[in-house]
Amino acid sequence: MFSGFDFDVIGRSLPYLFREGMAFTLTLTGIAMSGGIVFGTLLAMMRLAKFPPLALAAGAYVNLMRSVPLLLVIFWFYFLVPWIGQWLIGATQPVRVGAFLSSAITFTMFEAAYYCEIMRAGIQSIARGQVSAGYALGLDYWQTMGQIVLPQAFRNMLPVLLTQTIILFQDTSLVYVISATDFLGAAAKIANRDGRLVEMYLFAAAIYFAISVAGSYGVKLMQQRLAVIR
Amino acid sequence: MNYSWNWSIFWQLSPEGQGTYFDTLLRGLGWTLATALIAWVIALAVGAIVGVLRTTPNSWAIRLGNAYVELFRNIPLLVQMFLWYFVLPELLPDAAGTWIKQLAQGSFWTAVVCLGFYTSARVAEQVRAGIQAMASGQRLAGTALGLTLPQTYRYVLLPMTFRIILPPLTSEFLNIIKNSSVALTIGLMELTARARSMQEFSFQVFEAFTAATLIYLAVNIVVVLAMRALERGVQVPGFIGAGGAQAEH
Amino acid sequence: MISIKNVSKWYGSFQVLKTCSTEVAKGEVVVVCGPSGSGKSTLIKCANGLESFQQGEIVVNGVSVGASDTDLPKLRAKVGMVFQHFELFPHMTVTENLNLAQIKVLGRTRQEATDKTMALLKRVGLESHAPKYPGHLSGGQQQRVAIARALAMDPLAMLFDEPTSALDPEMINEVLDVMVQLAQEGMTMMVVTHEMGFAHRVAHRVIFMDQGEIVEDAGTNEFFGSPRSERAQQFLSKILQH
Repeated sequence: MFSGFDFDVIGRSLPYLFREGMAFTLTLTGIAMSGGIVFGTLLAMMRLAKFPPLALAAGAYVNLMRSVPLLLVIFWFYFLVPWIGQWLIGATQPVRVGAFLSSAITFTMFEAAYYCEIMRAGIQSIARGQVSAGYALGLDYWQTMGQIVLPQAFRNMLPVLLTQTIILFQDTSLVYVISATDFLGAAAKIANRDGRLVEMYLFAAAIYFAISVAGSYGVKLMQQRLAVIR
Repeated sequence: MNYSWNWSIFWQLSPEGQGTYFDTLLRGLGWTLATALIAWVIALAVGAIVGVLRTTPNSWAIRLGNAYVELFRNIPLLVQMFLWYFVLPELLPDAAGTWIKQLAQGSFWTAVVCLGFYTSARVAEQVRAGIQAMASGQRLAGTALGLTLPQTYRYVLLPMTFRIILPPLTSEFLNIIKNSSVALTIGLMELTARARSMQEFSFQVFEAFTAATLIYLAVNIVVVLAMRALERGVQVPGFIGAGGAQAEH
Repeated sequence: MISIKNVSKWYGSFQVLKTCSTEVAKGEVVVVCGPSGSGKSTLIKCANGLESFQQGEIVVNGVSVGASDTDLPKLRAKVGMVFQHFELFPHMTVTENLNLAQIKVLGRTRQEATDKTMALLKRVGLESHAPKYPGHLSGGQQQRVAIARALAMDPLAMLFDEPTSALDPEMINEVLDVMVQLAQEGMTMMVVTHEMGFAHRVAHRVIFMDQGEIVEDAGTNEFFGSPRSERAQQFLSKILQH
């Protein structure tokens, strides 16, 4: 079954695969995770706000992002960002935006909707008494959220946030459709250039698998550690 | 902004020669739904079996079930799609491989099988969680009555499990509809692919993608409403649906 | 110091406070008692604006609590509150719990705040526990830290919402002792509690509430000696049976 395959192609292309491809994937994951959690937390606070327009706007955004395929969102931002750039800096033509910047914006905005739901659950799980205690001491809303509620909510939801990040890591492979050179894109380029689809795709699958499994295991270890400290 | 809006583009004939752009979008929707529905059948059937395996007393069954779920959960869907489409035909004996490669609607069937197995792992998770959420008393009651293990599953555990997990299963069904878009990378002309090609031919980027977005939203709403009606229809009196929490007596 | 005039509150169509009126003068210790659901916790939570009310007026140290232009955080900084479930911040050490509002609300430097914190912890007998997390303290210790946390803000008055109801019996006294000492030092206090022994020792007045109304509001001796209302009599006879 495995005759006629040249697995050496993997060894020869390792530097390219990891220095270009995996670097892109990991950087994109990192940016989308940080930006997504920040924006997502803000969205969660908006959804829980007493002011209806804020709550409705945030709710509409989150529901929209969760109802539509990620691929469609990738295309949307790929075509939309140049026009927004033109409007922002007053240029005469749409601004040329590279695949990386487009992906970074896409994934941050998209994942924020998912991180929002996680943080919303986290914030709601903090006992009302904690908020009362903060207010009773004279802290205002932002101080109470920033010093008391969010630190606890974040700590409680950390395992879930990290699991979502692993999903994000896998989702980044979809930048393939805008011809970005992430890890899968790099593997595909080599595969098509050398005619070695089987070897390269099997290798890519194995690497994604290894990293995801390692990540999940790390989260599980962290959960056990956190449980002990409580 | 010098983008020229043209909302009437939908009624213009598509250069692909099969009707208006609107017709092509609808055809794309048709493929999306067909892929999603058939894949869903596979996902439910296989997922239920694997989920049940993971709750049996047999440690080998549990290990097998866990390995299955881990395999499909830790590889990106797009990579899995490529494995099924590009790699599998090469690994099979020549005759089988050639037959697959020459299959009419090859992208469709590959997408269906890929999505089916990908989602089955997630369904397996839900089924396992649902069975374990029920107090072990149910299983004991079944066995105490003299039911064999398979009978206990079939008549006692699984009927309640499916009611408990209807909400998360709804999420999974919506996910399958969204994930069907990934098949555009292997040539399936589903809804997102059609929107993309409409954009490529007509240059009316925003009209094309707005239409696709609205169609996905509409499908979402229909599915959510339908599932809610289903939940109400199969509700067991005295149980508050998900979680199997008992109502106050 | 605290003036409550004809305060009424509704949750939807359910009226939880019915034209409640009372005054707490500077240095007075007032105990609020009554069956559960009588609205006593709600009443004192209205006093520092943690709960809103639809009718009536509450004035604390000359500031109207319900007025729309009132700076509530500033008001709350001057009124200390102790909760039934302690509500210490679990992700901060004892020291950090006491320092937080001193630094963020009163603008004290970290050194000033820490000095004050240690002095207060010493006063409640817990200075050796300063670097610990609330999770490592017993209920009684946590509540004493909570009292110290409220005192760190140099409040003009203290509100207590059933401070010992969530404690195991053997820890109730250590908390009550701190509260008695506070009262003897002249702190204005409004305490929701079932601990009648505490009321006997230091309360100047006792308010009895039932179903949202202030049924009786009398001096301590008068209340226990000859309660006027039948409901108060019933309540007293039930709880004094232990």
